[in-house]
Amino acid sequence: MDILDQLEQQSVYILREGFRHFERLCMLWSIGKDSTVLLWLARKAFFGHVPFPLVHIDTSYKIPEMITYRDQLAMEYKLTMIVGQNEAVLKSGKTFPNTQNLPEGDPNKVSRLECCGLLKREALTNTLNGSWPRKRLNLKTGKYELDADKEPYHGVIVGARADEEGSRSKERYFSPRDKNNLWDIGEQPPEFWNQFKTDFAPGTHVRIHPLLDWTELHIWEYIKREKIPTVSLYYDQGSGTRYRSLGCAPCQAPIQSTAKNVDEVIAEIKSGKLKNIAERSGRLQDGKHGLEELRREGYM
Amino acid sequence: MPTATKTGQEQMNIVIVGHVDHGKSTVVGRLFADTGSLPEGKLDAVRKECERTGKPFEYAFLLDALSDEQDQGITIDTARSFFKTKKRDYIIIDAPGHIEFLKNMISGAARAEAAVLVIDAKEGVRENSRRHGYILSMLGVRQIIVCVNKMDLVKRDEKVFKQIEKEFRDFLKEIDSAQPKEFIPVCATLGENLAARSKEMSWYKGPTLLEALDEFSKAPSKSDLPLRMPVQAVYKFVSQGDDRRIIAGRIEAGKAKVGDKVVFLPSNKTSTIKSIEGFNVADRQEIGAGWSTGFTLSEEIYVTRGEIMARPEEAPLVSTRFRANMIWLGKKAFTEGRDYKLKIHTQSQPVRLHKINKVIDASEAKGDALKKTDVGRHDVADVILETRQPIAFDTISLGEATGRFVIVDGYDIAGGGIITKVETDEKESLRAEAQARNFNWIKGGVSQEARSLKVGHAPALIMFVGKEGVGKHKYARAVESSLFESGKSAYMLDGTNVLLGVDADLVWVGATQAELVRRFAEVAHILLDAGHLVISTTNAIGLADFSSVQALLPDFPVLAVEINPSKSTVGTADLRFTGKEPESELIQSITDLLIKQNIIPK
Ligand SMILES: Nc1nc2c(ncn2[C@@H]2O[C@H](COP(=O)(O)OP(=O)(O)O)[C@@H](O)[C@H]2O)c(=O)[nH]1
Repeated sequence: MDILDQLEQQSVYILREGFRHFERLCMLWSIGKDSTVLLWLARKAFFGHVPFPLVHIDTSYKIPEMITYRDQLAMEYKLTMIVGQNEAVLKSGKTFPNTQNLPEGDPNKVSRLECCGLLKREALTNTLNGSWPRKRLNLKTGKYELDADKEPYHGVIVGARADEEGSRSKERYFSPRDKNNLWDIGEQPPEFWNQFKTDFAPGTHVRIHPLLDWTELHIWEYIKREKIPTVSLYYDQGSGTRYRSLGCAPCQAPIQSTAKNVDEVIAEIKSGKLKNIAERSGRLQDGKHGLEELRREGYM
Repeated sequence: MPTATKTGQEQMNIVIVGHVDHGKSTVVGRLFADTGSLPEGKLDAVRKECERTGKPFEYAFLLDALSDEQDQGITIDTARSFFKTKKRDYIIIDAPGHIEFLKNMISGAARAEAAVLVIDAKEGVRENSRRHGYILSMLGVRQIIVCVNKMDLVKRDEKVFKQIEKEFRDFLKEIDSAQPKEFIPVCATLGENLAARSKEMSWYKGPTLLEALDEFSKAPSKSDLPLRMPVQAVYKFVSQGDDRRIIAGRIEAGKAKVGDKVVFLPSNKTSTIKSIEGFNVADRQEIGAGWSTGFTLSEEIYVTRGEIMARPEEAPLVSTRFRANMIWLGKKAFTEGRDYKLKIHTQSQPVRLHKINKVIDASEAKGDALKKTDVGRHDVADVILETRQPIAFDTISLGEATGRFVIVDGYDIAGGGIITKVETDEKESLRAEAQARNFNWIKGGVSQEARSLKVGHAPALIMFVGKEGVGKHKYARAVESSLFESGKSAYMLDGTNVLLGVDADLVWVGATQAELVRRFAEVAHILLDAGHLVISTTNAIGLADFSSVQALLPDFPVLAVEINPSKSTVGTADLRFTGKEPESELIQSITDLLIKQNIIPK
């Protein structure tokens, strides 16, 4: 058994525990490489099936190719695909891309971080707890329809990895969030062996992290081994740049790289060329502690 | 921080533990520096920063500096800090910084393959030295090194070192904990006996810390042990057009191959492995320890989560009672007479504290047994636990994953421990009878699953218990009729009918009570095997006999419905009624329970 096998077995075990203990379970799918690996692991765990809904928060600023890829895979894998969005803010136009040209100090100006808070964090919280409408992909017509289900989700599977940033190293495989979606790092329950926190008080929910032990390199080596389809944005298409992490188009800068396929991406990571560049450095909204705050408030 | 380890290179997860200020961070900082695992220029930068601010340099500052970097997400494999030797990469799972929290220490140590416990030579063995030592052993970390640190403060005196070693070994011995592999005298600030041998302590002939770590081995494969696969779930994705009925779980020990005869404990059901299932993997005929996999069986049988799949000749233990070493972390003490939830492998069961053998107080120098009636926060204890129904398990020396458990109080994991011994309960001979009977049972041509599909529900025994004249018979009849009217194959078994025939040779005296129960359960067993919902009512067999009936029927759900319960029996029955309720209310509650237990469909 090599390290990828070991990681896979543990992730599968965690996914099955999640499915067993949470009747209202969903998986967040950002269309990025990590959550796509997670989706693949779900098919491993459930012998080709994905027995819970996938939730995607559409900020409307995603690179269009991501949405096409999402719906393609959803149809092919027969996923229960749920999409949530902050319709009110999008209608009002109060987003970072819309207001970035306003002069400094203008009260209508929305910063990158505030924009994330509105389009991602708020949309996610309200989609998960069911207070905002959810759209669901009709697998027969290929169109999104209003979902009749308004019940909150109590178990949320996310693709967080411990190596991404400092705060994640304090995470557990099963990590409780309180009523306000808050994460109390100090009061986390212990995790003995493979016994996870699967009992939760009404109103709270649990984040499940099957990828906690994986590194960026493991993710790519696994994509290679399993031949998992990925968005072409991760590869250089001739411009000498590629995306290392995917987010919203206005806030996502590609990195300088000529890696054209999975093998070249792996070679690049192994070479240490990216060693001193944060994986998410292309994401312009990550201030020093911006992301941890967003996390704590429930965005991730 | 060091660059990411490359896939395939040997890695070992270690934790560094010990009492606060005994030098954990210094040991780690020094190991990073001395193995060349720090990013270039880091050490100098931290030294300069100290000079500038006029603080004396500390190796521990290296960790702070590195963790600042983590927060900024600058380096790749930052969450797990590690250092390299020629032999392998060591990943430090939990940074010493957060170790004040016992919960975090446990979460980290539960995943560690080896541990370094640091004890201050001047301060000696302290409360957390003892507690951490015990916890490591309890969590199953067998490869432990004790560093007796700050030897410079005790003039590098061998006597001091030896004294601490003796004191700590004695403590561990007294509480039956695993002994460390090495005791090493070190001086972390000067790097003596960490990466390099101390010239000052020439009296010490043993290995340095790095040498000792490199001596440790990766855990051998568990594939050669007896087969243990706790059932995690039984999947059937019919709505997706998939007919396979897959018994899923992780093989914790041993291996299984297509064609193997297997038994599931505690139900004692047997079958044969038909196929090994997987997604996007090559077909396989055999699979070993460590794999999260799934099987289909040749003869379809009903098994449930929490059962252990094993080979009939090397089955795990089954009992309601076991002896354990445990630690308690809950704010409220662990006490007798209260209900908790036990989680062991994939099983979860109501559990009670049956007896405290001793509570060890880590704040005392000697592992003295306290005369305590409960187990308080951060206490470690030797106890006997009792589950409501029999569970399958191993003692820790024979099976790791099947020999350790946690206890849930309310919504939180509040304690954990390892099973040291099976305690016999009164039902052992009955379970043996059931096992022998089931292993050798000759099956008909109709499988249990086929039968259940046809009749539309699974078999179960619903036992009405309570004193004479409380209305059991009336209720049982009503339940039988109602279930029958809704198309179920329901049958009322009145105890009197068993007495009249099967028991006709027994004299109705106390001495034969056990035999009455046995015969009653065997009659029920045949009716259950025939697929019926059996509703029994009898004055001869009461709630006190419930666990005997259960022991004889491990392969079927047995539910107790008590009418007009007495105070002493509260808590044992699945449902309780005063005897004044209308029949419709009982029928509703029983139907709900049967649905909840997946016995009848919604
Ligand atoms: N004299 C001396 N002091 C040490 C030694 N190792 C650590 N210390 C000091 O002990 C104090 C606590 O060390 P630290 O590593 O922070 O302890 P931790 O709380 O266990 O992580 C610091 O001031 C260190 O400089 C040693 O070998 N000799």
